Amino acid sequence: MFQYEFMRQAFIASTFIAITCGVIGVFVVARNMSFLSHTLSEIGFAGAAFGVLVGISPLFGMILFTLVSSILVGSLSSKKERSESSTSAISSLFIGAGILFLALSSKTSSYATNILFGSIVGISRENLIELVALAIVILVTVIIFFRKLSFDSFDSIGAKAAGLPTVFLSVIFLTMVALSVSIGAQVVGSLLVFVLLTLPGATAKFFANSVGKLFAVSIGLSLAGVWVGLILGYYTNWPVTFFISIFEVLSYFIGLLKNKIKTN
Amino acid sequence: MIEFINLSKAFPDKTLFKNVNFTLEDGDFLSIIGKNGTGKTTLVKILMGLEKPTSGHIKFNKSKLKFGYVPQFRNIETDYPLSIQSFVELNLKKTGFIFKNKKDRLRLRDALQKTGLWDLRGLRLGLASGGEKQKAYLAQAIVNNPDVLILDESTASLDGSAKEKLMELVKSLNEEQGLTIIFVTHDYLLAKKFAHKYLLFDQKQIEMKEDIASLDERVFED
Repeated sequence: MFQYEFMRQAFIASTFIAITCGVIGVFVVARNMSFLSHTLSEIGFAGAAFGVLVGISPLFGMILFTLVSSILVGSLSSKKERSESSTSAISSLFIGAGILFLALSSKTSSYATNILFGSIVGISRENLIELVALAIVILVTVIIFFRKLSFDSFDSIGAKAAGLPTVFLSVIFLTMVALSVSIGAQVVGSLLVFVLLTLPGATAKFFANSVGKLFAVSIGLSLAGVWVGLILGYYTNWPVTFFISIFEVLSYFIGLLKNKIKTN
Repeated sequence: MIEFINLSKAFPDKTLFKNVNFTLEDGDFLSIIGKNGTGKTTLVKILMGLEKPTSGHIKFNKSKLKFGYVPQFRNIETDYPLSIQSFVELNLKKTGFIFKNKKDRLRLRDALQKTGLWDLRGLRLGLASGGEKQKAYLAQAIVNNPDVLILDESTASLDGSAKEKLMELVKSLNEEQGLTIIFVTHDYLLAKKFAHKYLLFDQKQIEMKEDIASLDERVFED
């Protein structure tokens, strides 16, 4: 399997992306903002389609759209009761726009399939460098703000009381989510990027009770998911995204079951 | 020592308080008493530097006073994943870069022991009782060894015996560690039992009394 350049590249990109999504996913789940990664998935699709239409890289189209809208969605959804309806409204708008952008561009439907469902095995060397660089930017930012981001995510009231700049930290968080969606979509596609951004973090809650362990379990599950997906995809010729989704969903249900047994 | 000098706070449509003057000595146990919406929390926020007064100022005897603050509400649900220790650690200002060093571990242990949570440190906070949760909030507030501990209606959600237990703990921090306490409440009985002096927020005036014994239920009469 590793004698092929495309598989080596796919593994390197997936590893960096899985670590990034595993880390950001813990913050997403702690802040109860899983809906945000769903919405940004759809916005990412529109952004990639826009990139195709105007002739820029789909990745940069995605970054552009998700960055602008994550701040918008974040502020629109600050009131819990508004979050569901604002999410639906924004999702509908962007899916519609994405379909229009693709229809107006001259690309084939297989291109749309790649954006929606991922095309990690077809990643070019140039894309690989872009993705790894972005993943490193996200991870370094998280390391710099780690204590403050953790405090604000796990105890926003306490963080505010301790005088932390919570609005600034929210902007950092939303920016990191937007970038993670953009790079995560390269592996599992924009339609399913929330699988990597929410499930490992949510599953980790069943197995860990400290900040460090939550990150370790989430990164571990995320990495295991993409590696298992790539290996099974290679041998079966079935879509990698399918295996990743199944792996993460099964892990989640095992965690849920363990939790149910423990509490009963 | 903290000196409030002619402190006023007004919004375009409402004056919260005007020309407040009082002095808080090191090791004091002050209760700020008054009805909701009279400006108790705003005064505390000004003290902590989170809000600016309209006029007046606060003088400290130390260049940088450290505050520990226990807010009224917290959103900890039953599926909250962190253990009591990890929750307290969120506020731990580490002297090491990302990982805790020996000093950090000692401070964390100290906060957990002082609040009687050491044996429960591995328990998920979401599964802890109301009283244990409140102790964890207290431990989080004292983990950086503050000079002043502020409890903002922190006992409001607790039942009678849990309230007393928490306040006994606060009293021991005040007496044994010399921690200055500011206890914001509208529970005058609790204030009377534990505080040494009080600051009364009335709609008409703000009054500082050195003698807690003079506090009675009439303070809430209109």
